[in-house]
Amino acid sequence: MIGMRRRKQAVAERGRSPDRTEGPGLKVEDLTLYFRSTAGVVQAVEGVSFELVRGRSLTIIGESGCGKTSLARAILRLLPKNVHTYRGRVFLNGVDVMKFGDERFRKDVRWTRMSMVSQAAMNALTPVVKVGYQVAEPLMLDHVGKKEAYRKAREVFNLVGVPEAFMDRYAFELSGGMRQRAILAMALITDPDIVILDEPTSALDVLTQANIMNTLKKIKQDLGLSFMLITHDIATSSELADEGICMYAGQLVEHSDGQRFYREPLHPYSQKLMASVPTLHIEKKPEFIPGQPPSLINPPTGCRFAARCHRRFERCDEEPPLFEHGEETVKCWLYETG
Amino acid sequence: MDNSKILSLNGVRTYFELKRWGFMHAGYVRAVDGVSFDLARGEAVTIVGESGSGKTTLLRTILGLAKITDGEMIFGGRNLDYNNSRDLTWLRWQVGFVQQDPYGATAPFMSVHRILSEPLIVNKVPKIEREQRIREALDEVRLIPVDDFLHKYPHMLSGGQQQRLVVARALLLRPMLIVADEPVSMLDASVRVEVLELMGKIQETHNLGVIYITHDLSSVRYFSQRAFVMYAAKLVEKADVNEIVNNPQHPYTQVLLNAIPDPEPENVGKFKEIPSGEPPSLIKPPPGCRFHPRCTRKIDGLCDTEEPPEFEPRPNHFVECWLYKDGDRAA
Repeated sequence: MIGMRRRKQAVAERGRSPDRTEGPGLKVEDLTLYFRSTAGVVQAVEGVSFELVRGRSLTIIGESGCGKTSLARAILRLLPKNVHTYRGRVFLNGVDVMKFGDERFRKDVRWTRMSMVSQAAMNALTPVVKVGYQVAEPLMLDHVGKKEAYRKAREVFNLVGVPEAFMDRYAFELSGGMRQRAILAMALITDPDIVILDEPTSALDVLTQANIMNTLKKIKQDLGLSFMLITHDIATSSELADEGICMYAGQLVEHSDGQRFYREPLHPYSQKLMASVPTLHIEKKPEFIPGQPPSLINPPTGCRFAARCHRRFERCDEEPPLFEHGEETVKCWLYETG
Repeated sequence: MDNSKILSLNGVRTYFELKRWGFMHAGYVRAVDGVSFDLARGEAVTIVGESGSGKTTLLRTILGLAKITDGEMIFGGRNLDYNNSRDLTWLRWQVGFVQQDPYGATAPFMSVHRILSEPLIVNKVPKIEREQRIREALDEVRLIPVDDFLHKYPHMLSGGQQQRLVVARALLLRPMLIVADEPVSMLDASVRVEVLELMGKIQETHNLGVIYITHDLSSVRYFSQRAFVMYAAKLVEKADVNEIVNNPQHPYTQVLLNAIPDPEPENVGKFKEIPSGEPPSLIKPPPGCRFHPRCTRKIDGLCDTEEPPEFEPRPNHFVECWLYKDGDRAA
């Protein structure tokens, strides 16, 4: 009973914590995740390091199969059974949460500090339980009373723009956009510091998508939390991102401020990727990137992008480290001198 | 009739009947409700609309997969009778279809060679000719060297290659028209342009008509000449692509274009104006203009009672909106 009360208090306090834009946020160091498969070991995430200050939002872009989703799952420790290697360090507000045991991680980090809106979230609600209960459930599992959990659920429903009356409905009675919002409410109910959004809008229509992006921006402003947006829709990602990470073949190749990321990216791959995005309002013919990303089972030894790169030189046979270039970091020999 | 036209739709309606208890009539889903347009040889058009706007049903009607309820469709100079199976067989021969999901559209247990042989066998193309046609089609979509690809299975191809295989299959019977349902929405940004460029080139060399269906206008903007905007089963605006992008007239088109972002860091601080509400039900569409419940510029007493006819506020720019009833551009 005492433990329950304490946790109730802790949850209540977290909601009240005055200024959450101050202080540290998430820091990832050398995070690596390999999977076993019948064809060999898949190097899905390879030595990714970055820092995200609380209150800032980050987007992770890249082609499909570049390890974006695996990176998110590695941070949240939502791993499948066939993990081969899982190492690195994840600091959350200065605490190395990789040292936590699974049970402690589940209790104190996953969903309480970091939550996630997973891909195809449209189908993530169960059809047999009312939406309101599903949203309040994470709190009830956190030993918060039912009444209190429902009160908080109503709060987040208002926050994400779903009418309270919808709490008594089932998932199939909601439109796609509303379902997406309900899932977002579920991720927000525990007052997390970081919400990972994995392709939150890719299954939605243009107008619904724009509506949800508006809501996300508003939540970001009001609550001062950090979003990590994983997407291959680069145009949409620019709506939320203060900074951007570009991934290629399991590695982080560039981490830049939004201004630079969308205007003049540093890494040749990011440059090509930005050039491939069709624009509607600005007249600019898009280009494509010839070739295909390398297999992650047997990746090339040097720079992984070298085979498709338009600025390749001898140095590229060796793997480049992450170079600092002003505020930005980039994994490319072109920026060796800084 | 103008010979350069390969396809004309005149007031085409495709309704699906709803039944209660399996036999009682319970209304219609008006999926396509009075659509008219012409398509010339060698022209590419894009139909833009949200899901549920009826764009896929329109495409299925053109393919002969859904029956026309009312109106007429003239294809290649023939007024098609949807109850005549010979007409339909001929139509499907002449129209190639590029599906949205290339992996779902190809049988996983068939090799590339087998996938491409199938339509030729069904349409009784002689065996000697088949091999040559398959090689030509693969060469055309740049799946080369052809011999490397002939005996592969779909899962061995990348997403872009699978989509090119589907394009090759659509070309096999040498159609006059190709319809593509969201041809690049399943592909990565980096290969989308490659597939679209390829389709553009094929369209030019064979002088084909192409109809793209999409909800993402930006990706096909550079690959089609005209664009039609579809809302709640109707084409509400028809014009050249550049005209639509630069001078959208219908309030719906305006909000739709406004909602599509360009990758710009400035987007972070900006909120967009999006109309509230959702597209109407196609079973009981609202009276008058179908957009009026969400429209910010509706004229009371007119938009909510009478359906707007087609106006032409600018040359070759057609809009179904009462704002343009006086012929001039409303401010």
